[in-house]
Amino acid sequence: MFDAIRRILALTRKELLAVLKDPRSRFSLLVPPILQCLIFGYAATYDLNDVPYAVLDQDRSAASSALLARLDGSGVFHRVATLSWVGDIQTVIDQRHALLVIQIPQDFERQLLAGQPADVQVIADGRNSNTAGTAIGYVGTIIAAFNADWQQTHGQRGPPIHVATRAWYNPNLETRWNMIPGLIGTLTMLQTLLLAAMSVAREREQGTFDQLLVTPFRPVEIMAGKALPSMLVGTVQATTILLVAQLWFRIPFAGSFVILYAGLSLFLLAAVGIGLLVSSVATTMQQAMLFSFVLVMPFTLLSGLTTPLSSMPKVLQDITLANPLRYAIDIVQRVYLEGASLSLLLPDLWPLAAIAAVTLAAAAWMFRHRLT
Amino acid sequence: MTLTDQAHSRGFPAKVRRVWALVRKETYQIGRDSSSIAIGVVLPVLLILLFGYGLSLDVRHVPLAVVLEDASPEARELAAGFQLSPYFDVQLLTSMPHAQELMLARQVDGIVRIRPDFARRLSLGDAEVQVLVHGTDANHARIIQGYAQGAVSQWAARQTAEGREVAPGPVVLRERLWFNEANESHYFLVPGLIVLIMTLIGATLTALVMAREWERGTLEALFVTPVRADEILLGKTIPYFMLGMVGLALCLLSARFLFHVPFRGSVLVLTGTSMLYLLVVLSIGLLISSAVQSQLVASQVALLVTFMPAVMLSGFLFDLRSMPALVRLITYALPARYYVTLLQTVFLAGDVWGVLLPNAAVLASMAAVLLLLTRGMTRKRLT
Repeated sequence: MFDAIRRILALTRKELLAVLKDPRSRFSLLVPPILQCLIFGYAATYDLNDVPYAVLDQDRSAASSALLARLDGSGVFHRVATLSWVGDIQTVIDQRHALLVIQIPQDFERQLLAGQPADVQVIADGRNSNTAGTAIGYVGTIIAAFNADWQQTHGQRGPPIHVATRAWYNPNLETRWNMIPGLIGTLTMLQTLLLAAMSVAREREQGTFDQLLVTPFRPVEIMAGKALPSMLVGTVQATTILLVAQLWFRIPFAGSFVILYAGLSLFLLAAVGIGLLVSSVATTMQQAMLFSFVLVMPFTLLSGLTTPLSSMPKVLQDITLANPLRYAIDIVQRVYLEGASLSLLLPDLWPLAAIAAVTLAAAAWMFRHRLT
Repeated sequence: MTLTDQAHSRGFPAKVRRVWALVRKETYQIGRDSSSIAIGVVLPVLLILLFGYGLSLDVRHVPLAVVLEDASPEARELAAGFQLSPYFDVQLLTSMPHAQELMLARQVDGIVRIRPDFARRLSLGDAEVQVLVHGTDANHARIIQGYAQGAVSQWAARQTAEGREVAPGPVVLRERLWFNEANESHYFLVPGLIVLIMTLIGATLTALVMAREWERGTLEALFVTPVRADEILLGKTIPYFMLGMVGLALCLLSARFLFHVPFRGSVLVLTGTSMLYLLVVLSIGLLISSAVQSQLVASQVALLVTFMPAVMLSGFLFDLRSMPALVRLITYALPARYYVTLLQTVFLAGDVWGVLLPNAAVLASMAAVLLLLTRGMTRKRLT
């Protein structure tokens, strides 16, 4: 037993040396994740903080200017054009000068004073319908505030129902708050899986795998020695991103580090299992790299990071049950933002353990199968 | 009679014959190499299917708990309004702690709470409905908030129609989404997909394959033949260019016939601009491979410099207007930005020349500069 551990540690050391001695691979292990984390942190947001809009005010009344003043004063909307006839709307939207055109009809103020509902038309550029929807939502909020004010100052009865909304765990609903913790899983997965796959493929390609076989190592020990360094590197990467999230983006951490790292190690084990399975199929480094890449792409897309899982068709949702990244993102986000406890995370933890067990067992079987 | 023989018989210049031979060799190589098949064919098809069928930013069937603490008919009707909405899958509960438990376990994404005094306060004109959303996915949460608000307004409108005194607000918002009336997110995701596939084939695959030739020294072997550096470059780019065009055709056909994305511009404009973009990414791929000359590093750099920005910084998924000024400045240097603008316009808006011409001009000049750079670099490396 003691000998086995010593052998595994020796192999781990050798693996780490092989990975870290090359400055190029040292570079590719640390710099891309940090860079990606920063770019994603700044770029990956569905929030809008600058909406160029144009106005077609056919009423030109005190009420219409009061409404427009609210838009201009919001800090989000900035007016790029003031149109004078309906035909201009088409040009301004088509040429992408404005994301929205707000059209206030002629009888706007008259209707309002008469206590009749007055229409405001918003025309949005739907080329990116998600952005357009968000922008229309902002207009809705501003109009609701205008309504409440108008009713108060004109002695009308307020809206019968007030909808009070509150968001748990992310009070201002900032995309960055869920994106960056999600990256802790996403970015480490690629590297961990790739590293595990490449470490075996490299030995195969260079013919040193046979040399490894004549040493007193047993196949299981070889696997453990290959798995451990990849997991170590993955943990270091995860920690780096965690530090960026806390020190640079200052996203408050609500949970416990012990639970976070426990969940992460289970995830890394699953990733390594998949990597080793890939390496038992691939014969060259290039193949190992490509297979990993082709696998990681759907893993990432079907993880729920950029598009919600609940919007996917049922069949695809069932497929994502086999995706370790899906669980990892859930674990990290929930520990990070909600401070979730171990018992709440159980539905995420056992599938990860199952994936790890299946892939590692399959990889071990493939190794023995190929070795003897 | 093969094309080569035809070339012979018509007495084509030797240059054309040599390039043609290289193109043929390279085409065979693509067909027989599992890596080229994986990146050039398997991955694009996978992406098309995933983006077309799977990924969507539209929120439908959100699991929602409605806590009905008031048994009055008004409260019941409001709860029914949520049950009728196509956006929600409602679980009707009577206790708030139970709903909170469900939310903690992520079995529901939001809670609507109708308090015990709802009907009484409604008659006084200041009823309140509480909407709690799970903020872990911010975008999703915001959309749910909007839909919940919508369900309440619709209920209010129904009440008015039935003659009860529940007026909507004085100003009513009428919204229209041009180019995408149905508000389908795959209308912009599928065109965006073309960018990803062209980038994958153009830059990543080319960088990988060329880096392998550098690594193995097979390019030097080519150099001792009478083929010139220019011709080698041409022989390399033409097959990958064709592969990229096949990818484009695949995307277009599936967008049209599988996913029914409207196409309002002209195919000619789309093909022309796509060729420009393909030239740009091809030369980036060639540049990377001759700069680093190692497969592993080349693929990493290609992903980092071309694929990642095409996903994140092109406006395909995330709006450029939301990014900080510095990041936005960077996006101006990225070809994907211009191509995404072109694609979204040609697909959904039509041939709007005021958008098409400037963006195409930028791509054309990028292509010209990069091609010249590649030519100079490969020559220097080879001689």
